[in-house]
Amino acid sequence: MTRLDDSTLARLREALREPDLSGTRYRLLGLAGTGGMGTVYAVLDEELGRRVALKVLDFEDPDIEARLRREAVVLARLEHPGIVPVHDVGRLADGRTFYTMKLVQGERLDQYVAREHPLPERLRVFLRVAEAVAFAHARGVVHRDLKPQNVMIGAFGEVLVLDWGLAKVLDDSRTGENGGPARRPRLPGDTGEGAVLGTPGFMPPEQQAGGSAAVDARADVFSLGALLQWLLQEGAPAALRAISRKAMAQLPGDRYPSVGDLAADVERFLDGAAVSAYPEGPLRRVARAVARHRVAVGLVAAYLVGRGAILFFTGR
Amino acid sequence: MAQAADERVARRFPPTRHSALAAIREGGEEERRRALDALAEAYWRPVYGYLRLHWRKPHEEAKDLAQEFFAHLLEKDLLSRFDPAKARLRTFLRTCIDRLAAGEGRAARRLKRGGGAAAISFDFESARAEVEQAAGVAEAPDVLFEREWARGLFAAALLRLRDRCAAEGKSQHLALLEQYDLAAVAERPSYADLARRFGIATSDVTNRLAWSRRRLREVLLDLLRECTASESELREEARNLLGLAGP
Repeated sequence: MTRLDDSTLARLREALREPDLSGTRYRLLGLAGTGGMGTVYAVLDEELGRRVALKVLDFEDPDIEARLRREAVVLARLEHPGIVPVHDVGRLADGRTFYTMKLVQGERLDQYVAREHPLPERLRVFLRVAEAVAFAHARGVVHRDLKPQNVMIGAFGEVLVLDWGLAKVLDDSRTGENGGPARRPRLPGDTGEGAVLGTPGFMPPEQQAGGSAAVDARADVFSLGALLQWLLQEGAPAALRAISRKAMAQLPGDRYPSVGDLAADVERFLDGAAVSAYPEGPLRRVARAVARHRVAVGLVAAYLVGRGAILFFTGR
Repeated sequence: MAQAADERVARRFPPTRHSALAAIREGGEEERRRALDALAEAYWRPVYGYLRLHWRKPHEEAKDLAQEFFAHLLEKDLLSRFDPAKARLRTFLRTCIDRLAAGEGRAARRLKRGGGAAAISFDFESARAEVEQAAGVAEAPDVLFEREWARGLFAAALLRLRDRCAAEGKSQHLALLEQYDLAAVAERPSYADLARRFGIATSDVTNRLAWSRRRLREVLLDLLRECTASESELREEARNLLGLAGP
């Protein structure tokens, strides 16, 4: 046997990592990204002549395979501009499961934020994330792994929530947004009671405790609160910090009841209105009202000063 | 010959989905011995390389220590102390090697080649040449051991693949892999070159190369499964082995 030097080893590793696309309509173009469950490649769909993303398991594993297939099924039921559409699911000749989806070119939220965008812009990205998550909740799906690395900002400013591999399907029939722990039969790939899945820092206490049954839409409210906190720079307004704190309350019952309520508070902040999470004293309320209606207040003040001057000089 | 010794071991413990670790810890005498052979198949190169490169042991001493290490695994039931919840098998074995290598006072009591149970005869001479090519590279012990571990597993998997290709009459499939994936990039032939060289269609080159890679992948993961204690360790080690683990 010839010696496997480092470069030979690297080539062999690469050859065995790459998906075996023989017998499929796809041709490998290159690596697009890596994730917890598998690797994403850019491939050419030779039937349709378009580039798509192919997510493939790193190796055959029944549990992870079920999770990948489930992720594809979850994505297929979530048709929303903030969620990547899935095209196809199947198994490659090497036994690994894959699915294809729209190829999104852009940057992850952590990379985006590193370029120091102003706060209102960050908050608008946050609201787009919240919209997509609220839509998923309306379809009975809880993401359970919201974090900066799972948000992509596309080349045209579109905001996409990625990596639904840990998603929990609450109830096939639900259409409401409020997330109670509704029941439905278990699907292959459901995470069992006691399994701790998620990312520390963005994961609520009930998820950290491994209680899958106790996790509902308010788990995502917590993670969005953590995401909001992460987006805030030093010296961020107290009202925004209060919103984040409320979303991240230890007890689900103390959080915003829905993502919609959380988003509404952030929108109120952007509009200069009072936010529910931050009680204000009279002085603060006046100061905010002045700041919110700066032009009107300025005009009125100018009018009053002018009027006063006329009265003063004319003696009338 | 390293090849002959490795092939002998590969046949002693045929490809299986069972963990050699479980067999060593729970099996009967014969089963334990065969399982140890499988573990040694994957680990003898990294153990020898680690002793040479990290512990700076001369060839003869590293060779004796490597043999003693595998004999100890069986005779002293070292693996009964391994707790998969606390560490990976690879990490545990490296710690055992460190203890063995540090125990200089016991040198006189060391088993000599062929003198103890499970004294497996590997081709340390060829491994010596490989290691001496790599000498002088300063690396952290865990990085060095992982690199040697990956090299050892790939080498063992290639030998198993050769065995399988010979049994299935697919020696050309293996030859394509050797001439393409094992060739230096500058010397790598095109698929069309290979098609001419072997007198087959280019599409056959594509298909046969894909077959060889699939089989090598299977064999490699089978080997890894034999040398890991749990599904989660298997997943983690497969990611390391295939270079998928993040920074």
